[in-house]
Amino acid sequence: MSVAPKRDDYDVVVIGAGPAGLAAAATSAEAGLSTLLLDENIGPGGQVFRAISSTPVTDRNQLGADYWVGADLVQSLRASNAEVIQRATVWSLDRNLDIAVSIGGASAFVKAKRVILATGALERPFPIPGWTLPGVMTAGAAQTMLKSSALVPDGRTVIAGQGPLLWLLAAQILRLGGRIDRILDTTERGNYFAALPHAFAFLTSPYFAKGLSMMREVKAKVQVVSGVTELAASGDGQLASVSYVAGGKRETIPADLLLLHQGVVPNVNLAMAAGIEHRWDDLQLCWSPVLDASGNSSVAGIAIAGDGAGIGGANAAVVRGRIAARAAVEALAPAAAANLPAMATLRSDLAKAERGRLFLDTLFRPAPQFRIPSGDTIVCRCEEVTAKDVLDSVAIGATGPNQLKAYRRTGMGPCQGRLCGLTVTELMAQARGKTPQDIGYYRLRAPVKPIMLAELAAVPKSEADVKAVVRG
Amino acid sequence: MSRHVDAIVIGGGIHGCSTALHLCLAGLKPVLIEKDYAGRHASGVNAGGVRQLARHIPEIPLSIRSMGIWEKITELVDDDCSFESHGQVLVAENEDELAVCRARVAELNALGFTHEELIDAAELRRLVPAVAETCPGGVVSRRDGAANPAQTTTAFRRKAEQLGATVREGVAARNIRYSDGLWHVDVGSESFAAPVLVNAAGAWAGRIAADLGEPVPVETVAPMLMITSRVPHFIDPVVILRGRKLSFKQFKNGTVLIGGGHLATPYQNRNETVLDWKSLATSAQTVFELFPVMRSATIVRAWAGIEAKMKDDIPVFGPSSRHKGLYHQFGFSLHGFQLGPGAGAVMAELIVDGGTQTRVSDLGIDRFHPSTLQQ
Repeated sequence: MSVAPKRDDYDVVVIGAGPAGLAAAATSAEAGLSTLLLDENIGPGGQVFRAISSTPVTDRNQLGADYWVGADLVQSLRASNAEVIQRATVWSLDRNLDIAVSIGGASAFVKAKRVILATGALERPFPIPGWTLPGVMTAGAAQTMLKSSALVPDGRTVIAGQGPLLWLLAAQILRLGGRIDRILDTTERGNYFAALPHAFAFLTSPYFAKGLSMMREVKAKVQVVSGVTELAASGDGQLASVSYVAGGKRETIPADLLLLHQGVVPNVNLAMAAGIEHRWDDLQLCWSPVLDASGNSSVAGIAIAGDGAGIGGANAAVVRGRIAARAAVEALAPAAAANLPAMATLRSDLAKAERGRLFLDTLFRPAPQFRIPSGDTIVCRCEEVTAKDVLDSVAIGATGPNQLKAYRRTGMGPCQGRLCGLTVTELMAQARGKTPQDIGYYRLRAPVKPIMLAELAAVPKSEADVKAVVRG
Repeated sequence: MSRHVDAIVIGGGIHGCSTALHLCLAGLKPVLIEKDYAGRHASGVNAGGVRQLARHIPEIPLSIRSMGIWEKITELVDDDCSFESHGQVLVAENEDELAVCRARVAELNALGFTHEELIDAAELRRLVPAVAETCPGGVVSRRDGAANPAQTTTAFRRKAEQLGATVREGVAARNIRYSDGLWHVDVGSESFAAPVLVNAAGAWAGRIAADLGEPVPVETVAPMLMITSRVPHFIDPVVILRGRKLSFKQFKNGTVLIGGGHLATPYQNRNETVLDWKSLATSAQTVFELFPVMRSATIVRAWAGIEAKMKDDIPVFGPSSRHKGLYHQFGFSLHGFQLGPGAGAVMAELIVDGGTQTRVSDLGIDRFHPSTLQQ
């Protein structure tokens, strides 16, 4: 069943029902603001709490206690007066806070006094030779199938990459009886030393004990190869083998499934399309929006919470959601803010939730060879553009991602740069001896996700537009 | 200390780049100054129509001149600019519109122009099989076509630079002044001086003209476009409608560009536009009605480029009516892309030879300000 928004305008529209969006919408609605939560998925939860209300995985140990925290957030949201619409794809947001959303094949327009973007994270592209072969997928995609349908791999499976999610996924697959033949850890050895100064904060964060026990659990069952410095997938129209170099030694192993993951980056498409200023984050190696302490962006009325504001993890996302919502309440209904937790309390909660992040970011900073491909490795999957194609264009005058479009159509396909944007920026920056900040990013435009022409044709028109206009 | 060059061209759109290129071909060394990068605005993001069809009569000679250059574009810029010539078709949706088409073609013929040709329903269907069966005919301009605008503008810039133009991108031209028989312009920490200044600054050109004492009735507009995902090939010519705002073009890769002049809100100082989805919905509805094959296509992106539109919809082209050595080339009012190659060639003739065989006299700024210059 698809339900259009009940009103044309709201005090607060929250986009995304992951940890940040759930917390923001509940806070805003509890304070009495008319609140609409729009989420693309079938149910609330985002990626971290995916299928929280519907997962067929009922043994709580299998997905871990952190997952089930999501159930409480959903409960508070349901207890509030927030209007929640699932399967609602927001495809346009602009600086006037006009929102276009597709729900069940029909588009509606709503206007907000404040927008809280909680669009979360995307997996960082992992452009190695052969990454476009059938049989190669991202760890996040595997986790989506695991959470929503209890599907785990049963063929010869290799997991390659690094980062907390990689270990979490491996543990979840094993607990559900799935098969993993080998884990190829691409963490750079130098990162351990670089991360050392930040280790104390991490040791006292909740991530430490959990992370350690999860890695132990996985290593007890699966062969883990660390210090992997090269990685390639190959096969004829289908993944057949994975080859890698570790400790200077090359090895090739047969595989039916390769799961790649090297961390997550903010999902910036909607925010950028709305005109929000972003800056290159040199530690997290991604674009992050420029925000004040309450999450307010450069566009008046739009705040960003959760991993879309810079990767901080689920606990930080919840607090950032509450902070952004509290700021909205302070602006729209100051009296109601008195009943909410004080901003100072929320900020100290956030500091606690962010403990250890610097250590993780430093340790799991992906190595250049896995971010910046060369030769025939595909960079832009939509238009099948290779690293060499990009460099050739730079050589004859392409200066940045937007200029590159004139040469190669990179980023002009349906994904609008989600799968190539960071790679193109870093590749061009390296080739031109500039910083990624100087090189810039694609100018993104709505629709942020494709919409059917028939659906657009069916939206209600304004009077003036309906009048036929005679050509001059 | 100013660096002396032969000409200063302000604006790295198709017009500024083409003029710089043609000045180089005439043996001059110009500097091209672009505050963003070549093709950043309208020139790089327009519909790419290479159209003589349905033009205002005063600019037809320039359009015809340009068409000749388009047909040999690779020889000029070493890049095919993705130019394809499958004609452009103006569709009449009813008998009344067809009557207007008939009168228009008769008017052009009387003036000696033969590029527009009236077609009946059968020829329309032959050229555009996917069009709705109720359309009784239209007009075709068979040599017309389309090109990739960003690729084209970039190619002109590149070729100009290869031929000796100095290109400055990412810094605005400032402090434009005339002294001791030379135009002086500051560009960041540099300064250029030349006897010739070309104002080809697109949406920003009106301000430059006004600052130099030649205000003109111009506004900044941002026509919207949207593009679909790839669909099976079904149409060759570019199609425009007589009665409704729609233009329509399928590229070789299968994507379909939908335009027609519905406007976004420009925020010129921020280089930004805010799209008007309700107007785009009107375009989508028109496509839905006329091309049933498009109904299941998806829209992947929409955008708008910032440009200058004159009150009388024809460009300001030619020498200043007040200042020696100043030339204007702006205000192309949503149809400047096709004119770019020819306008650059003619502008170079005006600058180098002091005149041209191509009739452009109706486009001068003296239609707003009677000339005070002594000839």
